[in-house]
Amino acid sequence: MRINFLNHRDPETLRKSILRAFASLWSSRLLIWSAPFLFLLLFFFRPLSKILMLAFNTTALTRANFQLILSTLSFTFYQASLSAILTFILGIPSAILFARFNFFGKPLLRALTAVPFMLPTVVVASSFNALLGTRGWFSFLFPLSASQTSTPIFHFLLILLAHVFYNTTIVIRIVGNALSRLDPKLEGAARSLGADSLRVWRHITLPLLRPSLFAAALLVFMFDFTSFGVILLLGGSNFSTLEVEIYLRVLKLPNLPLAALLSIIQLLFTLIFSILYTRIINQVATQTAPRFSTSRPPKPIREKIFVASFIILLSSFFFLPLVSLPLRSVTRLEADRGQRGEVQYGLTTDYYQELFINRRGSLFYVPPMQAAFNSLAYAGLTVLFSLGLGYPAAYALAKPTRLEKFLDPIIMLPLGASAVMLGLGFILSFGRALALPWFVPIAHTLVALPFVIRTLQPALASIPERLRQAAATLGASPFRVWQTVDFPILSRATLSAATFAFTVSLGEFGATLLLTRPEYPTIPIAIQRFLSQPGGLNYGQAMAMATLLMLLTTLAILVIEKLRLSDSGEF
Amino acid sequence: MLEVRDIFKTYDNKPLLRGISFSVSKGETICLLGASGSGKSTLLRMIAGLELPESGHILFNKLDLAQTPPHARDFGLVFQDYGLFPHLNIFDNVAFGLKMRNVSINKINSRVAEMMDLVNLQGFETRKVTDLSGGEQQRVALARALAPQPRLLMFDEPLGALDKSLKEDLLNQLRAILHKTKIPAIYVTHDQEEAFTIADRILLLHDGKIIRDGTPDDVWKNPNFAWAARMLGMGNVIEGVVASGDKVKTEYGTFPLNCRHKHTKGENVSLLVQQSPSPEKSRVGDQGQEINFKVEDVLFNRDQFEIRGRGGLIFHLRDAPKIGQIIRVKVQVQCLA
Repeated sequence: MRINFLNHRDPETLRKSILRAFASLWSSRLLIWSAPFLFLLLFFFRPLSKILMLAFNTTALTRANFQLILSTLSFTFYQASLSAILTFILGIPSAILFARFNFFGKPLLRALTAVPFMLPTVVVASSFNALLGTRGWFSFLFPLSASQTSTPIFHFLLILLAHVFYNTTIVIRIVGNALSRLDPKLEGAARSLGADSLRVWRHITLPLLRPSLFAAALLVFMFDFTSFGVILLLGGSNFSTLEVEIYLRVLKLPNLPLAALLSIIQLLFTLIFSILYTRIINQVATQTAPRFSTSRPPKPIREKIFVASFIILLSSFFFLPLVSLPLRSVTRLEADRGQRGEVQYGLTTDYYQELFINRRGSLFYVPPMQAAFNSLAYAGLTVLFSLGLGYPAAYALAKPTRLEKFLDPIIMLPLGASAVMLGLGFILSFGRALALPWFVPIAHTLVALPFVIRTLQPALASIPERLRQAAATLGASPFRVWQTVDFPILSRATLSAATFAFTVSLGEFGATLLLTRPEYPTIPIAIQRFLSQPGGLNYGQAMAMATLLMLLTTLAILVIEKLRLSDSGEF
Repeated sequence: MLEVRDIFKTYDNKPLLRGISFSVSKGETICLLGASGSGKSTLLRMIAGLELPESGHILFNKLDLAQTPPHARDFGLVFQDYGLFPHLNIFDNVAFGLKMRNVSINKINSRVAEMMDLVNLQGFETRKVTDLSGGEQQRVALARALAPQPRLLMFDEPLGALDKSLKEDLLNQLRAILHKTKIPAIYVTHDQEEAFTIADRILLLHDGKIIRDGTPDDVWKNPNFAWAARMLGMGNVIEGVVASGDKVKTEYGTFPLNCRHKHTKGENVSLLVQQSPSPEKSRVGDQGQEINFKVEDVLFNRDQFEIRGRGGLIFHLRDAPKIGQIIRVKVQVQCLA
């Protein structure tokens, strides 16, 4: 290199050659970025700008709108706070249980508490419906309560329970990890200095856990704040949070300027929460110390009672909804078409068989299996799109230049936007073109892309350049280098990312609900339709489809867990 | 004051402590010396009440502590890696025990100031724990344990993580403080230099039992046990068989058995073989023996040579013999039980 420069005696030639070197570097970088960046520009930033324009339109900024926004916002905060508090009431003792005690079946119970987090909202909503809904097990076994199960307060309770079901695992992981990283010596020191158990908690344990408690609280609150499917499916039209109100103002009581304003408010809040969360989680990270094996079998009788009662509580709380769904899908508890008279209770495979039959013979009616086919096709396309766009982005991010440091947060920005908001943006930007079935997988890709990039990037960065150089000096062509060095290392990460994109697409509800054409429903949309229709047969089919979706997702979770290179820890 | 009676404890289903008994009287510093993993720390944690013995009793002033929780025992404990509270500053760390005893603010202020004086850390009150060096952290830990004036102080390898010069410095400070406060103390270590410096009485812990209990002088002069002699690095320990007429046969020759114990013919015994001191240090009545051995290795060691012989014997000589040469060295032989 140095000799090269010295040969260029003429300063003008030297300057040109340097410029050329830079230009080629930049042009290759820009080429890599062109596809992902164009995609985001077209499908995220353009819709976002449309929403912004509409939101700050005079038609949006009216007094009536502000009143509605205020009441929606306060209810959203109310339900999210209540859900988060309940999640902590269950989560903190569970975190203590997993961090401090050893008991039979601990890994299994831990896994069980983590399952809901990855399940699609329609599956969780259907599970709670099957357990506690008006047509579920609870009402069947205790008929007296049937009149109470249709009151708004009961629906609200269902929503809160489903939120606790979803997010307890966050508390268990973040707070439990922090607890097991606490040096047991500190508690010993405090006790020998005269602090009883209560004061040890107050003066030592709680202050040391504070950052992780805040982080967990913020994350749980954020998820509850943006919850959509659970509230729509379990609450009926009784409860509208920001997210539900956006959906209503797009499809049911159209008022697009109001919907746009609501989305911007929602985006603002999620951005604030994300920034706060990133700050706090950095504090948690600086406190990381080696893990201490402080867990032991419960000794005194009160510890044994605590452990036993929480094992029973947790396993029933997480197990009952998950089993009542598949059980309900093979059990007849009400008349098929709401007819009066004798009902044949008992086991049945009817609901599954019905999935293949187009009973109504109607042109607009789509047989459920068609919905499954649509879902699989969309999921396949989502995998293709997100890998196709994610690979170049991850390659560039693995060796970041200044350009990447600037682009990295921009790539992750879609994470802050809710699915319903993406749907609204598409409607505003593409209008009639939405009749094309391409837009659903594109929306799914927007949701999945940040995760795909974050899965591929560390794997790509982990390949030392020397391996490639060694292969090349041993005579491998560039393609052979990729085939023998990159591919084996990347295949696991790729498969993991692909499975993730596939799962996201299969379960995606919010954006799909806004974008899908009636003749191309996906599994979650079909489930929602069946749930809203009367008669045991429709309900049964909803249960059957939700069961299938649950099995598919669980399988995908298992694949991802198997493929995970190392425990990357936090969320 | 403190009395430990017949403590048993298993760890991972293996016996760790098998009948430990000892006592500590007022103003006395005892030192538990044992290899790492011998159960010293566990014993301290049991006295502090942080763990429970499987059987046996711990009494203080003749009162059984079995039902007394750790926070009511009023024993101070200093940990090896200090265990300072990372979320509190130095003042709040030292004041912690006083606050737990609901001492008034004024008293806390004056007591903490007194403690900072004692450990020579005046002006450190508002600093963060993480800003201190290892030695400073250790002094804060000591001040924290001393502040509430506990009835007993326990040290769990308190200087283990520090370098040598700092260790000697702190050890001397600690000795002075313990003498001044007259608080009975138990000091646990695997480092014999620390043990001999600080202890009024040394307890050797081996294989779950206390095999030696005596003043440093006594323990050093009569280790009595092969393990103790090895642990204390006192010289070469060789094995032999008792032959007729008070003689022991070893692979290095036959030696007279001058011993307080009674031995029967054919019994296996361990002998401590120490190099005879130079003539000016010798005393009247020294019985000198000679030992023959073949030189296997010669190491230069400052003003002398370290000679390694068959079976791992080590002697020191002023001149370097050749490797393979057979040499004679004057030794003293002592019987170990």
